[in-house]
Amino acid sequence: MMASSYNAKEEDGHPSGASGHGGPGVVKSKKPDNTAFKQQRLPAWQPILTAGTVLPAFFVIGLIFIPIGIGLFVTSNNIKEFEIDYTGVDMDSPCYTCAKNSSWNNTTPCTCSVDFTLEQPFESNVFMYYGLSNFYQNHRRYVKSRDDSQLNGGRSALMEPSKECEPYRKTDGVPIAPCGAIANSLFNDTLELFHIDSNGSRNAVPLVKKGIAWWTDKHVKFRNPGGNNNLTLAFQGDFSKPVNWRKPVYELDPSDPENNGFINEDFIVWMRTAALPTFRKLYRIIQKKSSTTPTLPSGKYTLDITYNYPVLSFDGRKRMILSTISWMGGKNPFLGIAYITVGSICFFLGVVLLIIHYKYDTRNNSADIPN
Amino acid sequence: MARRSSEDTGTVKAPESRRQRKKRSKENKTRTVHANLLYDAANKGEENPNRHYANNKIKTTKYTVLSFLPKNLFEQFHRFANVYFVFIALLNFVPVVNAFQPELALAPVVFILSVTAIKDLWEDYRRHRSDKEINHMDFNQKERKQRIFTFQERYVEKYWKEVRVGDFIRLRCNEILPADVLLLSSSDPDRLCHIETATLDGETNLKQRQVVRSFFDLYNSIIECEKPNNDLNRFRGYIIHRSGRRDALYKENLLLRGCTIRNTEEAVGIVIYAGHETKAMLNNNGPRYKRSKLERQMNVDVFWCVVILLVLCLFAAIGHGLWMFQYGDKRPVFDVLSPEGTDLSPIMSAIYLFLTMIIVFQVLIPISLFVSIEIVKICQVYFIHQDMDLYDEETDSHLQCRALNITEDLGQMQYIFSDKTGTLTENKMVFRRCTVAGVEYSHDANAKRLAMYQEMDSEEEECTSHGGTLPRRDSVTSHQSARVVLRSQSTKSHRRTGSRAEAKRASILSKHTAFSSPMEKDITPDPKLLDKVNDCSSQMDFMRFHSQPMSQLPSDLSDTIDFFIALTICNTVVVSSPNQPSSSSSLITNRSSNKGCSSLLSSPSAESTLTKLHEERSCGGLENAFSPVPPSYDGKASWNIEEGELRYEAESPDEAALVYAARAYKCSLVGRLPDQVTVELPHLGKLSFELLHTLGFDSTRKRMSVVVRHPLTDQITVYTKGADSVIMDLIKPPNTGRKLQKKIVCRTQNYLNLYAADGLRTLCIAKKILSQEEYACWLQRHLEAETAIQGREQLLFESALRLETNLQLLGATGIEDRLQDGVPETIASLRKAGLQIWVLTGDKQETAVNIAYACKLLDPEEEILTSADQTTKAFHSSFAPFDLHPSSSLSSSSSHAAPFLVHRLGLVIDGRTLAYALDKSLEDKFLAVARSCRSVLCCRSTPLQKSMVVKLVRNKLKVMTLAIGDGANDVSMIQVADVGVGISGQEGMQAVMASDFALPRFRYLQKLLLVHGHWCYSRLANMILYFFYKNAMFVALIFWFQFYCGFSGSAMIDQWYLIFFNLMFSAFPQLITGTLDKDVSAETLQHLPQLYVNGQNSEEYKPYMFWMNMIDAFYQSLMCFFIPYFAYADSDMDLFTWGTPITTLALFTILLHLGIETKTWVTNLILDSLMTLLLSHFCSLIALFFTVALCYNASCPTCYSPSNPYWTMQRLLQDPLFYLLCIITPVAALLPRYFYRACQGTLFPSPVQVGRQLDKLPADTRRNILSLTRVKVGSPLSPKPPFLSLSKASPKGCNKNDQRSISGSKTLEATQGQADEEEDRSCLSGPTDSEMHLSDLYTLVPSEIDTLPYTKDAPQPAGELQPPSTEVSECLDKTLEPSDVSLSSWITSTPLLTPADSVQLNLLPDGAPQCVRYSRNSEDRLKPDHAVHPAHRTEQEVEQLLHTKL
Repeated sequence: MMASSYNAKEEDGHPSGASGHGGPGVVKSKKPDNTAFKQQRLPAWQPILTAGTVLPAFFVIGLIFIPIGIGLFVTSNNIKEFEIDYTGVDMDSPCYTCAKNSSWNNTTPCTCSVDFTLEQPFESNVFMYYGLSNFYQNHRRYVKSRDDSQLNGGRSALMEPSKECEPYRKTDGVPIAPCGAIANSLFNDTLELFHIDSNGSRNAVPLVKKGIAWWTDKHVKFRNPGGNNNLTLAFQGDFSKPVNWRKPVYELDPSDPENNGFINEDFIVWMRTAALPTFRKLYRIIQKKSSTTPTLPSGKYTLDITYNYPVLSFDGRKRMILSTISWMGGKNPFLGIAYITVGSICFFLGVVLLIIHYKYDTRNNSADIPN
Repeated sequence: MARRSSEDTGTVKAPESRRQRKKRSKENKTRTVHANLLYDAANKGEENPNRHYANNKIKTTKYTVLSFLPKNLFEQFHRFANVYFVFIALLNFVPVVNAFQPELALAPVVFILSVTAIKDLWEDYRRHRSDKEINHMDFNQKERKQRIFTFQERYVEKYWKEVRVGDFIRLRCNEILPADVLLLSSSDPDRLCHIETATLDGETNLKQRQVVRSFFDLYNSIIECEKPNNDLNRFRGYIIHRSGRRDALYKENLLLRGCTIRNTEEAVGIVIYAGHETKAMLNNNGPRYKRSKLERQMNVDVFWCVVILLVLCLFAAIGHGLWMFQYGDKRPVFDVLSPEGTDLSPIMSAIYLFLTMIIVFQVLIPISLFVSIEIVKICQVYFIHQDMDLYDEETDSHLQCRALNITEDLGQMQYIFSDKTGTLTENKMVFRRCTVAGVEYSHDANAKRLAMYQEMDSEEEECTSHGGTLPRRDSVTSHQSARVVLRSQSTKSHRRTGSRAEAKRASILSKHTAFSSPMEKDITPDPKLLDKVNDCSSQMDFMRFHSQPMSQLPSDLSDTIDFFIALTICNTVVVSSPNQPSSSSSLITNRSSNKGCSSLLSSPSAESTLTKLHEERSCGGLENAFSPVPPSYDGKASWNIEEGELRYEAESPDEAALVYAARAYKCSLVGRLPDQVTVELPHLGKLSFELLHTLGFDSTRKRMSVVVRHPLTDQITVYTKGADSVIMDLIKPPNTGRKLQKKIVCRTQNYLNLYAADGLRTLCIAKKILSQEEYACWLQRHLEAETAIQGREQLLFESALRLETNLQLLGATGIEDRLQDGVPETIASLRKAGLQIWVLTGDKQETAVNIAYACKLLDPEEEILTSADQTTKAFHSSFAPFDLHPSSSLSSSSSHAAPFLVHRLGLVIDGRTLAYALDKSLEDKFLAVARSCRSVLCCRSTPLQKSMVVKLVRNKLKVMTLAIGDGANDVSMIQVADVGVGISGQEGMQAVMASDFALPRFRYLQKLLLVHGHWCYSRLANMILYFFYKNAMFVALIFWFQFYCGFSGSAMIDQWYLIFFNLMFSAFPQLITGTLDKDVSAETLQHLPQLYVNGQNSEEYKPYMFWMNMIDAFYQSLMCFFIPYFAYADSDMDLFTWGTPITTLALFTILLHLGIETKTWVTNLILDSLMTLLLSHFCSLIALFFTVALCYNASCPTCYSPSNPYWTMQRLLQDPLFYLLCIITPVAALLPRYFYRACQGTLFPSPVQVGRQLDKLPADTRRNILSLTRVKVGSPLSPKPPFLSLSKASPKGCNKNDQRSISGSKTLEATQGQADEEEDRSCLSGPTDSEMHLSDLYTLVPSEIDTLPYTKDAPQPAGELQPPSTEVSECLDKTLEPSDVSLSSWITSTPLLTPADSVQLNLLPDGAPQCVRYSRNSEDRLKPDHAVHPAHRTEQEVEQLLHTKL
């Protein structure tokens, strides 16, 4: 009885609602509108999660993920990467003395060179990174310690850097340019790579220093005050260099005005604070010269280092990394493995569900056969 | 504007008295009121002594334009959460600890505060509008024109708000009082004024108010009374006359604001209290703030969130301290010095970091949760409002949610306490049958007629069109300007006149008056009885004509006529004619006709009354104006019945029903004066009975009597009407009476029992003839009593007792109080939903029991345990077997299965016993018994007892209670319960005012609870859990990062995302889910009430679920953090470019998580475009996120320090790695949950899920299955429904068992928790006092649990009945083949209704189990127990109990 009345109501709901509106001159009733929305009868799709319904999803995920994973893994493995630590912790390492003596206040450059051998040739463009470990560029106070307006060449910000730059904001009342802890700790080692010929002669490997920063950073975010001509004029006098720097900002790359001052690409790269305490930053690019010869043929190499950057005080490490890249970036087998793993798990769970489905899930089958 | 024309005519000066009075009134704490006439005349309003009193303008708004901001903020800061968030936002301004840009951190708090403020503003605006409406109602105020004594005064119309203290106001019939008014004059000859106080106390009967006794001089009298207070039943004061004489004023003189003038043509009074100082306004407390169970639960988890937050912060702080410490003095270059350039010690920086972390992790405390819940609840309330099924066409009212914040409690109810009269029944009393002089008249035709009305009910729509064409005898007259007046007048007219449709239309206008509908009025007389009456009266007429003494009449005939005379006059029914004028124009005509009419009066006593009146009027002078003519009760209108029907207004509907019944036999009451009742009888014409005394009804005597002088016999006759139990005791002992009399009494008693069995309200009618001497003797003492100063009430009571003895039984009546539509069905399905329904009524036991049977509350198969009129001892002994039983059953149960048969028990307890039961020492016992009963019926209970019962159950059993009632006597119960529901039906608005929800009909409770309650609960529960999950997940991401940033409080997520993500992207879809998600369709929910158990057991939101969610959140955040971490490890990724994918992934994961948890994906094209849907909402939300991110990232190259996200997203979108991450991470993160849900859906589906599966079935199949259920429910009496055998068969049992037992084993935690809960509860139900015997008894209860038939886990003790758990898998195999049957049998296993084995008890509510089982045994013992075989222990205990009690 209850049900029949209910059904009746539901069925005649629409016409009665319509007539309710149509009745002229009737006192406006408080009767609610019979709309699907107000009566909460919106057409809806109600997925019910049971083994049966979910099964295909698991298999599909499994079947898609595993090939992707394999693909990624293979791609990653095809990437050639070479890494060398030149920190100079050990006594026998060539940079040991430099490492010991290096400090921020040193003005005399210390150089050392590390020899290494590439077992395999690097075919395509090679990216040269410097890597730092244990360097917390993501420290909260460190990350904040910069003034983007100043770096954008804003005149007022140049004179009055943001408070965030404290305590690297001013020295003796003179504003620092660029201000802040990030700029202050700019990586200032110089790396040079030489290929040792079979006959023992050193050939400098040409390192391209442009194009290592984001295009938008170089052209939008970072700007020199008063354009790029005559930086010295723009900076000199009113500003002081950051405490730890050996030369002022307008001498970062005196050879190329397009790469000097705030728009020096090494500087820009450094200003992008790394996400994790172990990180690498792009230093140079070694362009592929021709299709026939590899960019870096296998053989002996020497890395000449102007060792300025002290890392031992915080147990840091410095590395030089040579790597080719693929469409998915640098060498990283993780993602491939992850895809394979997740895909396998999905597949496995799919099988489990299949068993469950055939053993227990009778309801859905039976429901389809109405008596 | 015109109506305000003569408002400023002028005032007079009276400074001397004013100052004095003012001073005095302050000192004396009294209020002095002068007539305003005096002061207004001379244009000196400011000299008016009354000007310091509040005027009648009411203002219930909380804020003004100016005060809104500060006041609202102040109020909002009362909420702890807001203070907390503001504190955090302010913390950001401290440079050492700040984590975000301070201004940015303020944003969410400001947002939350402003949303709440807007909501408050809107509510306040609505209040303002309703105030304005009330303030602008019109009424008449007397305005003096001249100062001289004259009748030429004038009334002007003013708005309510312009009424001031001291104004004279004139009120006409059906007007609502604008303020508290002292009644100075009335058109009523008795100087009475009838008012209806429905809006104040919900009582619709008319109350009489008296005109001030002494003459009130307009100019020189001063009224002094108490300061405004909220006591409705107290008013003290006096009039000080010029002479210095003081006349007391009583509450009978005061008309309260909000009451309606009834039955009195005109009344004039002076305003004493106005506006906010009126008693009604002082009584009007704002809505209560209730906190729902879910919210209480939620608050516990919010607390846990705080704990987690502190732990995380502490961890990070310690970590940071250690990290700092390891560097020692070597300051690494990345560890930036403090702004001052000073070094920070590890400890100091750890402390600072602790505070910073609180800021960073603040999202863990869900700031948006509180506001989201409010928004969702408002939406839920909106949808409940909009539900067509909760709309009552007849009264044009729909459900009102008066409490906005407890919607989800509706889904968690466990006990329902219902009033009977007016809630289960219509409260429309219909005369059904009667017994006169021992002969039963069954009134078959009448019964048929009633049946026809019932049919008409269902076809009511057809009547609607006729409504308008019916003549409206009481046409609305000149004063139509006032809308309110119009409304109440027309209401009244409709009520009296027409068909049901008419009544319906009337009730559309106003629904709180209890006037009779045609159903109650048009009684078809029983032909036999009608003949007899005619016969009798013609004989009497003959005898009168021949002046024979009436005593010669055959006794049965005289009894018959006496019976009807008694029906007619033994009451307090007030007669009014429909033509009663209600305007001043008709007043004049009446006044002129009055003198002519008065000569028609037949009775000398009435004559004298009138002359008295005339005298008074002539001497009263001015007062004449205040007491307009008596109503034309004796005018032509009432003499000519043909002209218009008489209207009866009675204090109780029973009385009216009886008078209407008598009228059907041509015995009509045509007039009532204080000392005379006029009755029209067939053949005899009008007879005026001199009314000597009326001994009113009181609940102790349970009867009322009138003493009249019979006009025909001139005998002094007492007619008594009352409850059968008391009248029967007062009947003249048989030995003194005739043999016949004894027979009559005997027969009548039989019929009375029959009536009661039919669920009729019975009344006995008796009479007594007094000799002159007897009367004189009694009268003397009665007069003494009347004039006594001390203990007058008591003396009058005794006097009444003296009179009402040795009665002669005339007959008995049976009045039906019809059940509301759909009550049995509603009760049945609510009960199936696991709700315990208790009926608490003030009615007497028999009636209550019969109504209970009628509405299927009690079942004929049930054993009824009655405990009425018992002493404490009896109570003990009757309940003793219950207490004892557990011990014995425990030993015997394991051996054989028989005791497990569920025997159902109903408890009927009456008010007196209830008083014992509610005693501290016995309440536990009472509860134990009551819980074991399937239904409990408390009759003869007072309002206080009602609320005590509710409170007892609520507090002791820790259950959610719902009280539903319609009358003022239910208010206390409604207020005590967790959810109070008022029926906005017959008995006024009092219950509605006190309630949280107001329903037009009882049957709507079903949908309200089963559907909306369920939805609201599951939506909110899911939403709350989701919020916790979402925030924890987000915070955990940052927490993991702390391990890689030296615990420096750094966040890789852009602070803008961090703050607004939570507020916008992830909160918004949840709001929609919280509002629209439907786990099961309304239809299925209604047909499978078992699904309601879901909410009762809080299955959507259990404490462990919070932790499960937390664990899941931590797992998911691990995935979302570490997959990008390893993917980008040792790369040249910068901090925020790395953080952005993490944010994106988290968003994906959170949304997909919601997708898994969402039950309904609305796919509606129109809504699609509105972006208020789910499926495409996800896509659009993700699109929105990217759009926002892209815009944001392109907007400013130098802003948003420190993240400076310029071009980040654009660059990421070019990175294939980003897409690969976006695919794998959500999959990996959601895999466990998805898998778990799938397994759960297959292996141990919750009942809700079964319901959802039903939803998916094609409509036909579903109906088939559901109809199976319905058959089952509909016929609980059928011995064995065919498929019940199925339920005993193995597949069935297994099926049940597998669902339960597997869930038991898999969700071990859940079961464990539940078991614990169970145990707790049982313990709680144990004794609180340390009385040995009680604790002795109750320690047995917990041990019971193991052997409960109630099973979440497979019950061991069931032995052979229960397939052991090892057989489960086997059973499962068997269940493969019964396809639909298994499902339907699951559904149809309505444990509460099947007297089968214990297996079926699965869905019993938590409360019941242990009691249910031993009830069978107790039944075995119950009967013998009293008499023969009380266990030794029982006796001892009873003794002991008695001792301790004494």
